[in-house]
Amino acid sequence: MLRLLGARLLTMVPLLLVVSFLIYGLIALVPGGPETALAGSNPTPEKLAMVREQLGLNEPFLVQYWNWFSAAVQGDLGKSFVNGQSVWSAIAGGFPVTLSLVILTLLIAAVLGLGLGLAAALRPGSWIDRTATVIASLFMSLPYFWVGMMLVLVFAIDLRVLPAIGYVPFAQSPTDWFLHLITPAFALAIVPVAVVARQTRAAVTGVMTEDYVRTAEAKGLRPVRLVGKHVLKNAAVPVVTAFGVEANRLIGATVVMEQLFALPGVGKLTYFSVFSRDFPMVQGILLITAILIMFVNLAVDLSYGYFNPKIKAT
Amino acid sequence: MTQNQGLHSTEPPIMTAGTMPRPKKPEEPAVRRRRAGRFGQLARRFAGNKPALAGGVLLFVILVVTMGAPLFAPYTPEQINIADRLSGPTPAHWLGTDALGRDTLSRLLFGGQVSLAASALSVAIATLIGLPLGILAGYVGRGPDWLLNRASDILMTFPALVLTIAIIAVVGPGLTTAMISLGIVYSARLFRVIRSATLVVRQEVYIEASISIGTPGRTILLRRILPNVLPPLLIQISFLLASALLAEVTISLLGLGALPPTASWGSMLGQAFAEIRGTPSLAVFPGIAIALATLSFNLVGDGLRDSFGRATRKAEG
Repeated sequence: MLRLLGARLLTMVPLLLVVSFLIYGLIALVPGGPETALAGSNPTPEKLAMVREQLGLNEPFLVQYWNWFSAAVQGDLGKSFVNGQSVWSAIAGGFPVTLSLVILTLLIAAVLGLGLGLAAALRPGSWIDRTATVIASLFMSLPYFWVGMMLVLVFAIDLRVLPAIGYVPFAQSPTDWFLHLITPAFALAIVPVAVVARQTRAAVTGVMTEDYVRTAEAKGLRPVRLVGKHVLKNAAVPVVTAFGVEANRLIGATVVMEQLFALPGVGKLTYFSVFSRDFPMVQGILLITAILIMFVNLAVDLSYGYFNPKIKAT
Repeated sequence: MTQNQGLHSTEPPIMTAGTMPRPKKPEEPAVRRRRAGRFGQLARRFAGNKPALAGGVLLFVILVVTMGAPLFAPYTPEQINIADRLSGPTPAHWLGTDALGRDTLSRLLFGGQVSLAASALSVAIATLIGLPLGILAGYVGRGPDWLLNRASDILMTFPALVLTIAIIAVVGPGLTTAMISLGIVYSARLFRVIRSATLVVRQEVYIEASISIGTPGRTILLRRILPNVLPPLLIQISFLLASALLAEVTISLLGLGALPPTASWGSMLGQAFAEIRGTPSLAVFPGIAIALATLSFNLVGDGLRDSFGRATRKAEG
């Protein structure tokens, strides 16, 4: 297990190099070059040349990349085009907000998704199964930001029991922190709940038809132990995969949700940077996001070997 | 019969492209009839599944009314009428009007064309890339598996939405660009699902048996592996059609996809946010349209899954 972990961490190094190169290279594709974003709306050639010089864009591309990457490794992601703020501190400032939102969402998804999927799979064809399947299909089909809007309409505008938008840090007031996050988190959890429920149902239904489950049943194993020890472990691979995919997708969804609910996280920062063509900020966000997701994928891959030793991790 | 060939469209050319000339011609129709029987069984199971049938009918209705929008829409989608602006549902405007007095129903019908076509485009691109590569990686293993996994790792290190809007930041807003890059990003998701399904099937005894009696590799891939990865493929395509529709809505809602005055379900929702307190109907109806379309994709996917499913087949004896 430790050898596998070490090997996977080592393979992440070249992957990170390739990914960071692509991230930096993306900006080189900007029509007219990134200096157009800084030089104002009607730039003179002299002004453009000056900005190019300031940004170090006259260096060979590989040298530019290396300067950016080696600085990034030391924690310097450059300065914002818009307000000169350090990219690293801007991302670090928004990170706790986004992390709070994502963790709360995944918790809701785990409890509701696993519960619904398991309840459906253990009684295939029953009313529980049909209800759970209909709920999952409905949840899959609801646009999360639209659900967020409707929740605001009902709970903030009509009933006035929850705050509409905004954010309060956990350290300031845990209750207000929770009340401000529960609406966007529930709206964001809609699709993950459905995906996890569907994958759990499909996987558990498949495992329940296996011979070893019949054998375990035949030898009189208690249902709780049967499900806990044999079924869940064997059904876990697609479910864990679904969690990994959803965590990844959630980071994208926070862009819209944070914009909508005025949450000062990394998602809102992404949206603002894209609109203001703040390329150093976009590069920094892409790099940090990529590293985070590499670790999520690593955790998912390592879990495969635990749940099903037949699958040899490559 | 024609539907059957559609379903197995990759098979016939490869079957006849064998190096050995097929000595017994009369065998061919028999093989096809057996497959027609399998398809017929599938169709009967699908039709017997009420939610699936409802989803199929719903999807058909949505496709007919959106593709036939010029016939059904009471107004053109860009017809401005300031006098009737921001009205709720009235006899003249069944679903109300927006801030420029444009008819919501007409914009929903025409906008559906844009949104559904965008969704289909990105999923088609994802399937064309992800399915063959996923089977290849899962079955062959070794070098190709390693290489394809690294390529998918690279794509998967970015959330689809974040990567897509980063590309938009560089090349500029536009729905087609957005949907093509989304399709490429989604192909990595499809690849992973197909690869892991292939890995599981590959370890089954009947594959080992097939290999040991000398079944050609392509027969194993197309007749043993492919049918067994179809259920996860269909589940995933149903997820992806829903996700891609949502992605179109999200990107257009943020003002980065379908640009004004073009109506899409996303751009309509985006304009509705500003008026949510005064005219909630403006936000409610596009949301319902999106929900119905994705619901129909999901119900059809569920139905196909159950029709293919091993559990269902066993239960029917």
